[in-house]
Amino acid sequence: MIWKNKEVLLGPLSKNNPVIVQILGICSALAVTSKLEPACVMAVSVIAVVALSNVIISLLRNTIPNSIRIIVQLVVVASLVIIVDQLLKAFAYEVSKQLSVFVGLIITNCIVMGRLEAYALSHNPWDSFLDGIGNGIGYGIILVIVAFFRELLGSGTLFGYHVIPQVFYQWGYENNGLMILPPMALITVACIIWVHRSRNKELQEK
Amino acid sequence: MENLNLFIRSIFIDNMIFAYFLGMCSYLAVSKTVKTSLGLGVAVTFVLAITVPVNYLLENYVLKPGALSWLGEGFADVDLSFLSLILFIAVVASIVQLVEMVVEKYSPSLYASLGIFLPLIAVNCAILGGSLFMQQRNFDTVWTATVYGLGSGIGWLLAIVGIAAIREKLAYSNVPAPLRGIGITFIITGLMGIAFMSFLGIKL
Repeated sequence: MIWKNKEVLLGPLSKNNPVIVQILGICSALAVTSKLEPACVMAVSVIAVVALSNVIISLLRNTIPNSIRIIVQLVVVASLVIIVDQLLKAFAYEVSKQLSVFVGLIITNCIVMGRLEAYALSHNPWDSFLDGIGNGIGYGIILVIVAFFRELLGSGTLFGYHVIPQVFYQWGYENNGLMILPPMALITVACIIWVHRSRNKELQEK
Repeated sequence: MENLNLFIRSIFIDNMIFAYFLGMCSYLAVSKTVKTSLGLGVAVTFVLAITVPVNYLLENYVLKPGALSWLGEGFADVDLSFLSLILFIAVVASIVQLVEMVVEKYSPSLYASLGIFLPLIAVNCAILGGSLFMQQRNFDTVWTATVYGLGSGIGWLLAIVGIAAIREKLAYSNVPAPLRGIGITFIITGLMGIAFMSFLGIKL
């Protein structure tokens, strides 16, 4: 039993990662990764929404009629996202400005809907909770890795603090402005996929 | 003139995919052949061109602070804007349902080839994203909002047809094994995004 739970929680971190293996939730992920701080906030918000919506749907799973389940799921997710949105506006206004519409877009994040459909509808609340946390963290890890490289190479900072010594700039090092632009998020993810798949050969496509 | 400028901007510069990464899931999953992706692109454009103005009306006559004042004096200070997410997604879901029925009736072959992705347009980030950007930008008239929805849709269509055409050719090339499939698609999308950035700064 404990082994099974561990698999549910830790599987999505690498072998079954929602972003780089199942290719879900790219939509709202990449646009927030030009700095580390919004990326972390986004990751935490998604973890909360996935875990809670998984629990709620799993509790309701025997009462929801099959034909209207999508709309029920959307309503549950949308209500949770509204709560997250209002909380962010109240306690982290600056970051919520930076995230702009992407908090609202958690509703249409494929990870949330995907986990509800694939897992929460057929498992008990505790397992669904672990599954939600696992997938949320799997998503968050990728977000943070991408944001780390983009912020470090693009503006030479981490969480807004300068980490590249001034001496480097005198020697002729320059920040790579291209890393801040949207297309580089895609290429960074591609590099992560490359590394990940060369280490896990069974994931490679024919 | 203003509207034409917005139209061009929303197709090329504020492109849903290359600038905001919206709608990436179906973009990556359906872009294997040009024909299917063209069908999905048209469906998305259609849904965007309807949902953005509908949500615009909803936003301006129901949700905004004071938007309900047409109902009478007492409603002048009602603020329902916290409901916008849930109402927007409801509008999107019902219009997608409508499009699904129309496509099923008039083009069964397209319906069969789109498969699960047609109902999934409801959770396509580009659609909800269009409405949320509309809300954020405060357009003046409902026409501007329509033009914005249409332009964003066409931008998305261009992007998905472009990547599908490249992926069809890609089948004949020798890609490093770990990058095959999804990895190389990401890189190509990135390169296309850089190419689209050359449109930056165009003013009409």
